[in-house]
Amino acid sequence: MTAKIAYGDVEVGTELPAQDFPVTRATLVQYAGASGDFNPIHWNEKFAKEVGLPDVIAHGMFTMAEAIRVVTDWTGDPAAVVEYGVRFTKPVVVPNDDQGATIEVSGKVAAKLDDNKVRVDLLVKSAGQKVLGMSRAVVQLA
Amino acid sequence: MALDQSFVGRSYPPTDPYEVGREKIREFAEAVGDTNPAYTDPEAAKALGHPDVIAPPTFVFSITFKAAGQVIQDPQLGLDYSRVVHGDQKFAYTRPVRAGDRLTVTSTIEAVKTMAGNDILDVRGEVHDEAGEHVVTAWTKLVARGLDAEEGQA
Repeated sequence: MTAKIAYGDVEVGTELPAQDFPVTRATLVQYAGASGDFNPIHWNEKFAKEVGLPDVIAHGMFTMAEAIRVVTDWTGDPAAVVEYGVRFTKPVVVPNDDQGATIEVSGKVAAKLDDNKVRVDLLVKSAGQKVLGMSRAVVQLA
Repeated sequence: MALDQSFVGRSYPPTDPYEVGREKIREFAEAVGDTNPAYTDPEAAKALGHPDVIAPPTFVFSITFKAAGQVIQDPQLGLDYSRVVHGDQKFAYTRPVRAGDRLTVTSTIEAVKTMAGNDILDVRGEVHDEAGEHVVTAWTKLVARGLDAEEGQA
């Protein structure tokens, strides 16, 4: 593990570079194939509405995968992530148009831990709403 | 419907090995739009100290969730899978999953609760490699929604 960020160079409150991740219906079809999650709420609008959703929604695990990119892009080596957890609080609704939806992710160092580890808290939003809760990673820095 | 509390602590037999391939990792990385070369270029991964390309942190969920299927679909437990959504997900890594791994998953029911009309099931999946070394543990909270519940998504 060779993180490019040094423990001594961060403080509680240090912000990670924020990123926006686009997600369209095509993204969801591709993720369904790669992950093996073919639940129709992620690609079939008729089915999604029949089960009470406003429209097709992104896979929760897709949103979780995007959110941690703010951390892995920061550290360079993805192996720096030693713990990662989220709560799925609101769906990311993906309309059937050219725009789709956007997942907005920001993060900051929330605590400095032992052994050059830090806890990073992530804020993950779409359409103005927080979509993940308790979104936290423990990260091994250099 | 209240789930049977006696299932707490129950473990299921380890799964048959899942062999992690470079191209499956590439497919997953492309699907999440992540261009980190550690996922696709063995030389870039080696430069970081890994013996082969590694998988993005959430890649292993496909393997642990499939393993959790034997819990979810256990007729004796009685979970209504048609109402199940994903509540929480957590991973703790000893090392990243990498190409060439042959991974087995041992699933254990950590908790069974009924809250506000929802059935809640916590499953822990311990992932080991062919040498028996721990790779990652995945905790998955599943919620079988009551008719009035709104929180959560699949």
